[in-house]
Parts: sequence; C-alpha cells; structure tokens
Amino acid sequence: MNELIFLINKVLISGTVLGSIYALGAVGITLIFGILRFAHFAHGDMMTMGAFITFVLASIAAGLGIVAPVPLAIVVLPLAMALAAMMALGIDRGFYAPLRARGAKPVTLLIASIGVTLMIQGLIRLFAGVQNRSFYEGTAKQVFRIDVPFFGATRPIVFTEPQVWMMGLAIVAVLALHMFLTRSRLGKAMRAMADNADLAQVSGINTQLVVRVTWLIAGTLACLAGTMLALDVSLKPDLAFNIILPIFAAAIVGGLGQSYGAIAGGFVVGFAETMSVFNWAILLRPFRGSLPEWVPNDLSIVPTEYKLTVAFVILVIVLLVRPTGIFKGASS
Amino acid sequence: MALVKLDDVEAGYGGAPILKGIDMEIEASDIGVIVGPNGAGKSTALKSIFGLLKVTGGQVSFLGEDVTNALPDRLVPLGLSFVPQEHNVFTSMSVNENLEMGAFIRRDDFSDTLDSIYDMFPPLKEKRWQNAGELSGGQRQMVAMGRALMSQPRLLLLDEPSAGLSPRYMLEIFEQVVKINASGVGILMVEQNARQALAFATKGFVLANGQNRFTGTGRELLDDPEVAKSFLGG
Repeated sequence: MNELIFLINKVLISGTVLGSIYALGAVGITLIFGILRFAHFAHGDMMTMGAFITFVLASIAAGLGIVAPVPLAIVVLPLAMALAAMMALGIDRGFYAPLRARGAKPVTLLIASIGVTLMIQGLIRLFAGVQNRSFYEGTAKQVFRIDVPFFGATRPIVFTEPQVWMMGLAIVAVLALHMFLTRSRLGKAMRAMADNADLAQVSGINTQLVVRVTWLIAGTLACLAGTMLALDVSLKPDLAFNIILPIFAAAIVGGLGQSYGAIAGGFVVGFAETMSVFNWAILLRPFRGSLPEWVPNDLSIVPTEYKLTVAFVILVIVLLVRPTGIFKGASS
Repeated sequence: MALVKLDDVEAGYGGAPILKGIDMEIEASDIGVIVGPNGAGKSTALKSIFGLLKVTGGQVSFLGEDVTNALPDRLVPLGLSFVPQEHNVFTSMSVNENLEMGAFIRRDDFSDTLDSIYDMFPPLKEKRWQNAGELSGGQRQMVAMGRALMSQPRLLLLDEPSAGLSPRYMLEIFEQVVKINASGVGILMVEQNARQALAFATKGFVLANGQNRFTGTGRELLDDPEVAKSFLGG
C-alpha cells in the first residue's frame, strides 16, 4: 500500500502542482496570442519578475514586524499581483506598443520579447544577485502528513502548505477568469477580439482598452504562477525561464488562443511530466518475489533530468495528430 | 442636411487609387444601392466611408462633420454601422453575445434594442445561445445585420448582404433592409443582385472604373437602356 501512496505523492500531487503553474502561465500566453497574435516569449520572465516582487514585498512586511497565520508571501500577493500587472502594462507600452504602431509583424514582436526576456533576467541579476533564495529562510515550510491507516500503509501522504495555497488559488484564478470572459462586457470584448479583430474594431470595440486589459490579466496570472513556483521550490533569476518551453507546449496543446484549452494543456503537460519520471517499478514491488529476474528495478519512462523532453514529445504528437490543439485554436 | 456625403473621394489600398473621385449623398430616408462591374470600387467606396482604407483625396462628411479617414471607434458613436461582406460574425460566440458586441459603445440598457432585433429576425431568437459559427449563411447575415443595428446607427453600410444566399434568404434580407430604412435609418449598400436591389432603391449609383457613371433613383437606372445594357445584363 505504501507504493500507492508513493504514486499519489509523486504523480498526483506533484502533477497537480506543476499543472497549476503551467496552466496559469499558458493562459497568459494564450490570451496574449489571441489578442496580439504573437508568441510572448518573455512570459516566463514576467512570472519570475512577479515572484521577485512578492519576495521583496514579503521581506518588507517581515521587516515591519508583520506576523500573519499564513505565509507573508500570501499576505502581500494581491499587492504584488497588482504591481506585476502594472509592470506588464509598462513592458507593453515601452517595447511592444511602439512596434505595433509601426505595423511590425508578429515575428518582430517575438524577437522583441526575447529581448525583453534577457532584459528582465539581467535586471533581476543586477539588483538581486544570482543566488538562490527561499521564501522560507527564517521559518520552516509547513508540511502536512496525512496517515492512511488502512491496507497496511505506513507512509503518509505528504504535501506542503504552499502547495495547498497553490491549488486553491489556481482554482480561484481560473473561476475568476471564466466569470470575466463569459459575464463581463470587457471579457466578452476580449473574446470577440481574439475571434475576429477586424470585426471587433468595426463594431466600435475599444481595441486599445482590450489590449491593456489583456496585459493586466496576463501580468496578474504570471505573478501568481511565479510566486507559487518560487514558494514550491526556490527563487532564482532564471526560475520560470527554465519552464517557458513546457508552458508554450501547454498553450499549443490546448489550442492557441483558447483559454480553457491552455488550462487543460497545462495539466496534460504537468501530469505527463510527473508520470514520465515516476519509477513505475515501485508499483511492482509487492510482487517482486513472483516476477522474473529480467524485470528492471527502474521502470521510469525518462530520467528526471530529461523531464523537459516530455513536453516536446506531447507537443509533436499533438501537432501531428491535431495541429490546432485539443480545443481547436488558431493554427500558426 | 445629408446624412453622409462623399465629395470627390479618392481612395485605395496604398497603390494606385481605386476610387478616382466619387460623389455620393445619402439622406436618412434613402436606400442607396451601389452597383457596377467587378473591380469598379463598390466595396472600396463603403470602406472609404468607414475608415477601413486611406482616403487620399476629397472629403467624407457625416451630418456636416468632416469624418475623412476617421476610424470606426469614432464613427460608430457618431451613428455609422458597417456590415462587412465576409467574416462578419464572431463565430466562437453565441448569437446573443454577437449582438451584445454590437452594443459595446452603449452604456445604457440595450435590452429593448435586443428584443427588437429578435422580433425582426425570429430565427435568431431560437438560436440565441448557439454559437454564430454553427448557423447557416442566411442566419449569419441576420446576426451580422443585427450586430450592426445594436449601436442604433443612423446610417447602415451593407457590403453585399445577399452574397452567397439562396433567393429566399435574399428576399428576406431585402425586406428587412426596407423595414430598417422605414424606421429612420439611412442605408447604403453594395449589391451584386443589381436588378432586385435597384427595385427598392431610392438612390442608385453605378460605378465603373472607380468613377460615377450613372446616378439616379433605382427606377431611373432600371429604365435607362444604357445602364440596362452595360451593367444589368441586357
């Protein structure tokens, strides 16, 4: 029975955590693609930037002697998200909007976003240094252990406090986004513009406003995802840059421009990664005695260090079988 | 005062001008129909009014105000609405949401307008929660016209509303055009089915090679032997 709990810890919980982060990142990418028709490469670094904003605010709060029953990162998160949203808007104003005004092609904007990637990483290294930081320097990360008192299990199901927050907040964010896109005037205008930008303009929809709102939402979600990632592991200048490729895979798997597709794609890629690195031989352990000699001890599909390749295998399969993604997005 | 007035308008897509000095005038009580051979600049004339391409000469005015090269976000609040010929619905959104998008510029309660559009096009009411992309061509055209009417325009520009429709739908669309006009909205439309459209037009414009060739009431154009011979297929 311990084997099954191992599976829950390593695949189910890790997959949900990873999937939530990928999903929140991929939604931002897919929204930007839907409205502005370019692949925003700097999205990972907007996530990292968001995490650093949270870190700085949490440090300030700790310095002011603020104590709270929840991690300070969670307390300052709303403010950090608002700041990150403003910075996303500023990045658009400063770098992408002038290019769009000159009628730049999507590929030009993509290259510009690679520049923004390098710039954000450089600024973080310049001001915060290159070392790994932890949100839990003074305090210990609270770990929950749930004992499963039946079937002879002796190991507990393990998850941490930030992981609980992450799942909860990811659900809240997805629901809020859903309500916004289906109920509000601006949210519907956003879908209209992603559907048919020319017609949106002809209808008198304020497309500049829609672009601004898109950046605000993308920045907010990026900050949430980046902070969650930093809480789960640690904070470093290339924190989310390292996962930008699986996030893009998630957005493409879900169908570019499709918000719900991006969420589904995030979980597909997240679970696929955790399932691929899981050593399935563990599940065979109870039957070890009756199995033939040649069954190896390690039955993981890929070694952990090759986890990133899994996203690409899925991406290639989806592009071959269903090029517009699961939810039939824009083909590009 | 004329609702919309084109005065010696030259326009194009950046290369050689397609419109080479066009004059048109439409009153609120008018149904204007633009006819002419392919490449005459019919759609270009509509687009030049709606700011969708660059006017390089002449003047477009709406209710006396100069709106040459104004963009839709200024024109829609002024009272202009445009129904493109193709890609004229938001396919991934419901019929109801399509209509709501037409009312984007309105901050007042537009439920009365919504109801009046469902009364005008009963098939849409049944399918109001269905995605517009799942509708037939004729029903899509209804959604597109409904969307354009949601902003309560004073002038409705229609680019080939009957293109690709069965004769039954074409007649239905034309019937609605006459009704919309009767409710006080000026109409300016481009039509391939020239005979049918000129039959109810109060003003007809025959364009050829980017210039006005004949202008008159619909009846006059239909009765003109030269127009009939050259542009209406005998």
